[in-house]
Amino acid sequence: MRIVERITALGHNAIEFISGFGRAGIMLWNAIVNVPRFRKGTPLLIKQLYVVGVQSFVIITISGLFIGMVLALQGYNILSDFGTSESLGPMVALSLLRELGPVVTALLFAGRAGSALTAEIGLMKSTEQLSSLEMMAVDPLRQVIAPRFWAGVISMPLLAMIFSAVGIYGGHIVGVEWKGIDAGSFWSILQSQVEWHQDILNSLIKSVVFAVVVTWIALYRGYQVIPNPEGISRATTKTVVQASLAVLALDFLLTALMFG
Amino acid sequence: MLTRKIEFLVGCFLLTGLAAFLTLVFNVANIKIDSGESTYALTARFTNVGGLKVRSPVKVGGVTVGRVSDIILDPKQLDAVVTIQIDKRYDQFPETSSLSILTSGLLGEQFLGLTPGFDDGDTSMLKSGDKIENTHSALVLEDLIGQFLYSLGSKDK
Repeated sequence: MRIVERITALGHNAIEFISGFGRAGIMLWNAIVNVPRFRKGTPLLIKQLYVVGVQSFVIITISGLFIGMVLALQGYNILSDFGTSESLGPMVALSLLRELGPVVTALLFAGRAGSALTAEIGLMKSTEQLSSLEMMAVDPLRQVIAPRFWAGVISMPLLAMIFSAVGIYGGHIVGVEWKGIDAGSFWSILQSQVEWHQDILNSLIKSVVFAVVVTWIALYRGYQVIPNPEGISRATTKTVVQASLAVLALDFLLTALMFG
Repeated sequence: MLTRKIEFLVGCFLLTGLAAFLTLVFNVANIKIDSGESTYALTARFTNVGGLKVRSPVKVGGVTVGRVSDIILDPKQLDAVVTIQIDKRYDQFPETSSLSILTSGLLGEQFLGLTPGFDDGDTSMLKSGDKIENTHSALVLEDLIGQFLYSLGSKDK
């Protein structure tokens, strides 16, 4: 009997897992596939851009600066052993553009903005605000979910670009100002190695994919919350864990597709 | 209700993001080469340019005085024609100067070393569009090893 119960539990979990994907997909589909309403939608979107984008700006800038600086410092120590410390520029720029920019931005975004989105929507649901909206014939998906989704998708690629640009200047500060690499060769080798299509466009594609995934998970976890304090705390934790894992796994996949 | 301040901050955020993107495109993946007022062009022929790239520096005694702006293959003579842009401040190179492709460090980037020639009073100076006749091609490690092995082999017999 125990074995039968186990098998039943396994089947139950598998169906839950797959129907979770289905529910998340239906939620996103209903939220974003709509006739756009610019008059009503734009103020909502701007408010969310402020919450999701502007308030993440400082943490992204500061982490970008420090990550660029530490990359340059570690890279310099190794590259100077081979007498190729001029290659520090492309090393910092390529690692930031190809990997660290989109990935670290997505991880920070999941922690900073994703958890806030989940908690906010979760509390809206627990206090029946979403049901009240429906009672007033306002579609909560359209009023609450859609602006947050678009705000995440718009702001994360911009944040990733800011992260990479600030990080490269951080590398410049350590490499050129502190360690004394020739500024001309730092920038000229960097510019000859970084390509617009291969590096910058792919970086942008990566961050758009991560933006969709992280925002989607955060919104879904909030929308499906069990309406009590423990449920909200659990949903917030799940958002951060699942979004980070999804970002890291997708990053490998995208890297294999783009640079493999 | 939305305040003007929030709208302003969102506008600033979008502009900063766009500025970062444009910085990356135009400053980091730059395709621009200085070929304006402040430089003059020289050409040189090499049988082998090795790892030399467009934008590699041209150095005199370790000081960067210009950059490579173009590398093409002459379709008839089948050797590489390298165009370099030298800073106008340094216009006193005799035409007996020579160019060689050097490597910074053992594995580093390759650059052009310009060795100023001897000026015996009536030697004319290099000016825009001139060709440097005296060039030394890149050292290719595989060729050196090949020659070394060949000389070892011939010694045995």
